[in-house]
Amino acid sequence: MTEPILEVSHLKKYFDIKGGVFGKSVGEVKAVDDLSFTVNEGEILGIVGESGCGKSTAGKSILRLIEPTDGSVKFEGTDLTDLTSEEMRQLRKNMQIIFQDPYASLNPRHKVERIISEPLLVHGMKSSKERKERVKELLEIVGLEAYHASRYPHQFSGGQRQRIGIARALANNPKLIICDEPVSALDVSVQSQILNLMEELRDKFKLTYVFIAHDLSVVKHISDRVGVMYLGRMVELTDKHTLFEDPKHPYTRALMSAVPIADPDVERERIILEGDVPSPSNPPTGCAFHTRCPYAMDICKEVRPEFENVDDKHLVACHLYN
Amino acid sequence: MHKEEKQDNQQVIANQPNKKFNLDADEIEETSPLKETLQQLMKNRMAITGFLIIVFFLILGIFAPILTPYGFEDQDPVNRLLTPSVEHWLGTDDLGRDIFTRIAYGARISLYVGFFAVIGALIFGTLLGIFAGYFGRWIDMLISRIFDILLAFPSILLAIAVVAILGSSLENALIAIAIINIPIFGRLVRSKVISLREEEYVLAAKAQGMKNGRIIMYHILPNSLAPIIVQATLGFGTAILEAAALGFLGLGAQPPTPEWGKMLADSRDFLQLAPWTLIFPGVSIMLVVLGFNLIGDGLRDALDPRMKN
Repeated sequence: MTEPILEVSHLKKYFDIKGGVFGKSVGEVKAVDDLSFTVNEGEILGIVGESGCGKSTAGKSILRLIEPTDGSVKFEGTDLTDLTSEEMRQLRKNMQIIFQDPYASLNPRHKVERIISEPLLVHGMKSSKERKERVKELLEIVGLEAYHASRYPHQFSGGQRQRIGIARALANNPKLIICDEPVSALDVSVQSQILNLMEELRDKFKLTYVFIAHDLSVVKHISDRVGVMYLGRMVELTDKHTLFEDPKHPYTRALMSAVPIADPDVERERIILEGDVPSPSNPPTGCAFHTRCPYAMDICKEVRPEFENVDDKHLVACHLYN
Repeated sequence: MHKEEKQDNQQVIANQPNKKFNLDADEIEETSPLKETLQQLMKNRMAITGFLIIVFFLILGIFAPILTPYGFEDQDPVNRLLTPSVEHWLGTDDLGRDIFTRIAYGARISLYVGFFAVIGALIFGTLLGIFAGYFGRWIDMLISRIFDILLAFPSILLAIAVVAILGSSLENALIAIAIINIPIFGRLVRSKVISLREEEYVLAAKAQGMKNGRIIMYHILPNSLAPIIVQATLGFGTAILEAAALGFLGLGAQPPTPEWGKMLADSRDFLQLAPWTLIFPGVSIMLVVLGFNLIGDGLRDALDPRMKN
């Protein structure tokens, strides 16, 4: 077993709710609440969950784009939360992010060449000729043409823009890329192109992805292992086949039963959850899912379940199994 | 023939791969945002009118010595309070000075005050606004409260206070006008920076490992320019108006400087006897302020993405 490239433990991000006359903090939104997982080198870890469960916040907290409230993030053994901002800045070339909205993630006033070459410049590639060469190379790697370098982002389609975003992330040969819903803003036909490109790049450059998404079919397609998040916590984490065939956590089961099957004649049991997702500013005590769980027991209301191994490398946070 | 043309075309494409590449090239021309804004602005008649007014006064100011045979200080007691005539286009004032000459030289002063007051307010306001918006927390608290304090006073009162401290002169009036305009720019920039700070491309810049200075200079500032430019143009007019007000109160330019506001003040006593001494400087102030406001409005429309068709 290789050393994990990324080790997230007990990561928390609480946002203050300001209120009152003097803007005092009157409460907090627990966007990410005690999240732990590891990512091995070369794998694609998918993270799924519904809107507002804290997936994106988790992704940004890992890279310290949002300062985490508590917990630690170890990248190749270095605890990122201990680094000074300058040390962190230096390390950023090893870990990149691809954003969800390709329309918002490229500076509208910069040409593509500038967008892709700026990370090269800040990490020490001083010669403009070298940078030009590298930009050309990167554009070709992601399936664009060298002449695209002299255009502005608004002159591209969504899929092309996302390719530019990928080229920018690849510029400094990172080891880890956090993909924050990289295809959810794209058309389905373009989605598959981008996904294939990302898989190709993974093999070519030995990349590791943390792939955040809300689309189960996308995650199933690309991931090696999948983690399921609910209300800022990880409820289940295992390899994708086990997860899709033998989900343990009641929430995962409900989620899986909602995946459409491309055959209208197949009869199956739909687990329909009652109620809404509780507010993260006032999450339920004990297991966050107990308010909607069909199997809720007394203990679920009081004791928060540990995130533990149930089977071989099958982590579940549920009292039914522990 | 047709075929030849096509081939030719392809060759051109092959030779210049980084330029326009196909027949749709017209549609996706490499227009920079600046170029687009200018094109948009050129379509706006009101903005062009404003621009022409400003150019007129600019020429008047620059070529004042050529345009008139008189000096702005030349007194001629015999010919005092003359009506407009061929010799004195806009008449003369109570000391027999040619009003056209004084307005032409006055254009220099007004544009000078407007320009430097706006530049000063813009630089300091933008700097403070960026610090407040980008770094937030106590820095924002401190800077925003200073802005609030400045804005709590009526601006002309504040200007009078500043001039009272520094002493009345044109330069001090200019400084006073710059100071009272700082919070206007500061607040505008602060709010823009706060919204830009959350933009994904700014987060992306941070994720690339860029330093704060670079993020501010190349990612935040260029994208917050639009409202700053509009405010600067509109502020030009306001600054000129404020300079005239201070001049009128005797707190700006000192005699015999031909400052428009001062000219208004001096002509008060002859209002009924010689209305032209009042009308022409007044109209000049109005026109210049109107000109800048028209350009400002035009720029706002041109820079507003919602107005693009």
